[in-house]
Amino acid sequence: MTPSHQAPPKGARPPGEHDVGGHAFRDEEAEPSPPSPGPPRRITWKKLVLVPAVLTVVLVATYLWITHVELDSIARNSLAGDIVEVRWWQHVRLTAISTFWVLIIAIPLGIALTRPGLKKAAPGVTVIANIGQATPAIGLLALLVIWLGIGPSTAIIGMVIYAVLPVLSNTVAGLNSIEPTLVEASRGIGMSAMGTLTKVELPLAVPLILAGVRTALVLNVGTATLATFGGGGGLGDLITSGIQTQRMPVLILGSVLTVVLALLVDWLASLVELWLTPRGLEEA
Amino acid sequence: MSETVTGPTETPAAGTTASGATIRLENLTKSYPGNPAPAVDNVTMDIKAGETVILVGPSGCGKSTTLKMINRLIEPTSGRIRINDEDVTDMDPVKLRRKIGYAIQSSGLFPHMTVAENIALVPKMTGWSKSGVKDRVEEMLDLVGLDPREFHGRYPRQLSGGQQQRVGVARALAADPPVLLMDEPFGAVDPITRDHLQDELIRLQHELHKTIVFVTHDFDEAIKLGDRIAVLRERSHIAQFDTPEAILTNPTDDFVSGFVGAGAALKRLNLTRVRDVGIADFPTVTVEDPLQLIFDKLRDGSHNELLMLDRRNRPYKWLRRGDLMRAKGSLARAGQLVHDTVTRDATLHDALEAVLTDSGGRVAVTGRRGEFIGVVDMQTLMNSVHELLEADRLTAMEHQHDLEHLRGHQTEQELEGGGSGL
Repeated sequence: MTPSHQAPPKGARPPGEHDVGGHAFRDEEAEPSPPSPGPPRRITWKKLVLVPAVLTVVLVATYLWITHVELDSIARNSLAGDIVEVRWWQHVRLTAISTFWVLIIAIPLGIALTRPGLKKAAPGVTVIANIGQATPAIGLLALLVIWLGIGPSTAIIGMVIYAVLPVLSNTVAGLNSIEPTLVEASRGIGMSAMGTLTKVELPLAVPLILAGVRTALVLNVGTATLATFGGGGGLGDLITSGIQTQRMPVLILGSVLTVVLALLVDWLASLVELWLTPRGLEEA
Repeated sequence: MSETVTGPTETPAAGTTASGATIRLENLTKSYPGNPAPAVDNVTMDIKAGETVILVGPSGCGKSTTLKMINRLIEPTSGRIRINDEDVTDMDPVKLRRKIGYAIQSSGLFPHMTVAENIALVPKMTGWSKSGVKDRVEEMLDLVGLDPREFHGRYPRQLSGGQQQRVGVARALAADPPVLLMDEPFGAVDPITRDHLQDELIRLQHELHKTIVFVTHDFDEAIKLGDRIAVLRERSHIAQFDTPEAILTNPTDDFVSGFVGAGAALKRLNLTRVRDVGIADFPTVTVEDPLQLIFDKLRDGSHNELLMLDRRNRPYKWLRRGDLMRAKGSLARAGQLVHDTVTRDATLHDALEAVLTDSGGRVAVTGRRGEFIGVVDMQTLMNSVHELLEADRLTAMEHQHDLEHLRGHQTEQELEGGGSGL
């Protein structure tokens, strides 16, 4: 072929410029295209280092403070042995397991609610999910304890109900925000419904879905502190015993660790988000 | 064009270019629940293999719906679709669509895939080998005029609108389908780029001979691209289905002539080439002729004017009777240089343009190497256009007559059939 911009233009117009009705028009195609950019660094060192560095400083400071502050026997009892470590890992486990179930439930449900057959059910399901989140978490947990008894699984069920909404609504929103012409193009060139979902719709919805997952994770770290009321353990144990025994250092340690965990989880999730977002969707 | 795609593991589609297939739509109807009037009502249309058919009509007339029923993105309520005499109305739509290229407005490229990944989609799905797909991608990029090395790894958002559209066409053609459906593919690009893309499509079609069904609301685009044009009115009723010439010169009714718009005769000029009209002779001299001969020719001949050719027989100067006198016998300053020439392949539109801008009201026609062939003047142009229009009108009338005859015959038969049934 002879691309327009290679054809010598009549008269004095420079290559790629056209004379239309006495006005010069530049051919869009003829504009020098920028050299193909090399793979830009998706995860900058700032992103990698900043948050962990701050968190480490906070942790070290808290450690120094707690080992030097005067503790009476009650406070010492609350922090005895590896009790802090056990509570930390309980908390992590609670968060991980509840988030796992949230993903297992909310993403497929979100996908199902955007399929033609179930589209009509979407508002109803969103209302139910909304109720799950609008209910105060502590009240929800109390009700579940009455119904299911005390134990970690009760706490996890409560957390899942609480955190399904952001992932579900973001999955639905992510899939619905895809241009209908793209879905049509995909069907039009002969992709099956499954192929369209896995190769086109889900990759395009990834940024929004992951944003929902990130919200759910941070929510779960927070609600996991309430697991203590359902007998689920976690850092909430430290906080409540600090309050009950009026020992400030215990309360502060529990709170600081929760905050650090929430920020750490959020940071990890942001890295995963960057890593999973398709290259073509990144901002230029 | 497919020589590069060879290999023992290749599908039959590769290696040779599949040229067009026939498409037959029989009484195709689409109605939506809750709407008593069908969106597309009883469309019957025969499309020949290798033909470019344009569906043109006002927005909302159902042209897009009709197109999407061919690859069954929209399932027809009733009627049949046959491609190459094979009834595809009940075929697995996914399999059907892999054999039909599909290009849409604003390209429909997937933003999360590179240009190469976009083009490779259909060949991959139809089971081409890895190396076959890779070669094919390069070949298709080449075909639509994009440098494979440069564009291979780019993402759609890094391309201009026109480039995206080219990739869209490349993707549609990648698995070498015999049929190509295009739904207002050039609707979203600026006029200049659209012009280039249209030229490009004409060139591609010249090479590939696919059967193309093309939807647009732009009648000029339809005239430029179509072998035949179907002008559709509401509910996809075919108002006229004919060659661009026939529609321009003899629109069947007010709706069609309204759609053709003003200047049908001017648009008609784009469909005829200079070679089709009478190219008149013109007295010539060459620069090597002695001055005396030129004088004699001017004085004796019935012409007031001569065309002087250069050493390679190319038009050089128009010489009028008075010119030589005024130039005081020096040829160097006499006459008027030839500004514009047309080739035999130029459209009458171009020729008219040249004639109108020339002070003498004529233009020299040249051959492939620029050698003089003859001239076309205003009179010739006008006569030819009149003749053309008249001829068009006659053919159209004959056609009309045939149609009426056929219709009359059909009604007769139906009446008879009805009578015997009673």
